Amino acid sequence: MTANNGTLVRVQGVDKIFRRGSEEIHVLKGLNLEVPKGEFLALMGPSGSGKSTLLNLIGGLDRPTRGVVEIGGERIDQMSDRELAAWRSRHVGLVFQFYNLLPVLNAHRNVELPLLLTHLTKAERSKHVDTALKVVGLSHRARHYPRTLSGGEQQRVGIARAIVTDPTLLLCDEPTGDLDRKSGDEVLSLLQALSREHGKTIIMVTHDPHASARATRTLHLDKGQLTDEPVK
Amino acid sequence: MKFFTLVWAGLKRKKLRTSLTLLSVFVAFLLFGLLCAIKEAFTAGVSLAGADRLIVRHKVSLIMNLPESYRARIEKIPGVAAVLSFTWFNGVYQNEPRNFFGSFPVSDPAKFFQIYPEYLLPEDQLEAWLKTRTGAIVGRTLAERFGWKIGDRIPLTSPIWPRKNGGAWEFDVVGIYDGAKKGTDTSGFYFRYDYFDEGRARGEGLVGWYGVKIEDPDHAAEVAAAIDAEFANSPYETKSEPEGAFIQGFAQQIGDIGTILIAILSAVFFTILLVAGNTMAQSVRERTEELGVLKAMGFSNGLVLTIVLLESCLLTALGGLTGLGAAWLIAARGSPVPNMLPVFYLPLQYVGIGVGLVLALGLVAGIVPALQAMRLQIAVALRRNA
Ligand SMILES: Nc1ncnc2c1ncn2[C@@H]1O[C@H](COP(=O)(O)OP(=O)(O)OP(=O)(O)O)[C@@H](O)[C@H]1O
Ligand SMILES: [Mg+2]
Repeated sequence: MTANNGTLVRVQGVDKIFRRGSEEIHVLKGLNLEVPKGEFLALMGPSGSGKSTLLNLIGGLDRPTRGVVEIGGERIDQMSDRELAAWRSRHVGLVFQFYNLLPVLNAHRNVELPLLLTHLTKAERSKHVDTALKVVGLSHRARHYPRTLSGGEQQRVGIARAIVTDPTLLLCDEPTGDLDRKSGDEVLSLLQALSREHGKTIIMVTHDPHASARATRTLHLDKGQLTDEPVK
Repeated sequence: MKFFTLVWAGLKRKKLRTSLTLLSVFVAFLLFGLLCAIKEAFTAGVSLAGADRLIVRHKVSLIMNLPESYRARIEKIPGVAAVLSFTWFNGVYQNEPRNFFGSFPVSDPAKFFQIYPEYLLPEDQLEAWLKTRTGAIVGRTLAERFGWKIGDRIPLTSPIWPRKNGGAWEFDVVGIYDGAKKGTDTSGFYFRYDYFDEGRARGEGLVGWYGVKIEDPDHAAEVAAAIDAEFANSPYETKSEPEGAFIQGFAQQIGDIGTILIAILSAVFFTILLVAGNTMAQSVRERTEELGVLKAMGFSNGLVLTIVLLESCLLTALGGLTGLGAAWLIAARGSPVPNMLPVFYLPLQYVGIGVGLVLALGLVAGIVPALQAMRLQIAVALRRNA
């Protein structure tokens, strides 16, 4: 599903306007972005600048007010809710700041969730889950419930859940935002390995220069647009 | 069903709340089952009543007697197939008022099982009854209640019909009859009219009412009218009506059981609906982010709706089906008040209605939260974190 020139994500002239009552918040203004396949991109910017908003548009969790969002040659801004849901299940892995694991399911079951949407048998699902947990180094924690895991371990389960379907695109919204330096580094090394060794395309929102240093490219969001330079 | 773990996990989240809701649903359906059994007990006779039978009683009141001589005259009326007289004996076993059951002298034992085919008695036991003046046949339920066996001698006293010699009436159990189908009352005690009439201290020649089998149920009204016409203007005028109407009239003296039960159950189910609905609403509200995450992964709106509805139905099914099961078990152990409600069981059709209610309750309680979950916007749901 790669476009001819190796561009996986193409965002063109995108506006995003939120309405809160009579108030209009113009978050993204004519934003353009191209992400080649295999890139590990870091998105930075002040709080409220619209980083999560942009990530949501790329992940098909929301639609732009104007403009084009094309992933692997598919116009996802024009898809219906149902088509988008199916598209997400095939192409997007999401990693959240607060892990967002289901507390009532153990690590194995949490990682299995996205696979429930596939036609895989129980045994096949189990095999995939085991592989994903092995990649994040948590095979020995498969039967543990989230509350018995450390923050770093929970986030690694979160990453296993995001990669278990082998998605085209891995989107991480402040994946280390809630972790101490050591756990954060482990998570970043993991993402880096996924990018380098497994060729995953990753877009990561972060506030932390230490984190963005691990990426292959860093972009800054300011006044609704992306720039190469940090905001002064 | 691969989503079952997810549905089940939804209920496990708040164990105490789920348990309390389950308990309320359980109690509601236990009540439903038992009330249905009670309703059945009151109306069992009506639905089982033979369409081809009339009851002929005194025009003024059921408790007034008729001459036994009417039997031969009723038998001659066109359309009548067979006639049998009954008398309310009110027998009491061992002089203990609690040991009370329906007991009746019948005038023509040979015809008994012809008129009442819902009772089954082995041929040899019927022959024994015809040969034994003091013989009595006893229903299976009654025999089991007191542990009676064929050959036992049963002394009964009757406050209405004292014996000439002043002592207790003595009966020999010669047969034990069964019901041809479920719900048939087998708590009766029947004995011979000749033995009764000869032995009683007063009221010779009088009987309580007649059971009449007619040849064609379609002509029930005409035959009933002909019987009443036969005895019009006599000192003992009659009132004849189909057996079903008679039993219904009898039950209605106690009150319209059906209406009362429906009123109670409506109140119960309304309350349960609120309880289960509230549980589901809370459960969904607490999980806004989780549902957002599921949708973000690619769970479609329809699937999220289904999962919440399944959770709601699982909740009511767990509580409701165990409640129905418990009611069924309790009913299967027999009547708690055998002398008042001899027939006591939970008919399958009410179990069916109960299962339907369980499902309906689950759907109705879950639909609003399920729709909320379905309409949830992912971006908004996930922002609640921040
Ligand atoms: N669903 C929404 N409805 C209304 N306003 C919204 C909505 N989502 C985002 N916003 C607004 O859009 C702006 C950008 O939000 P966004 O979450 O994208 O910022 P961010 O860069 O991710 O910030 P942070 O670093 O704090 O996570 C904010 O002002 C926010 O209040
Ligand atoms: Mg954000």
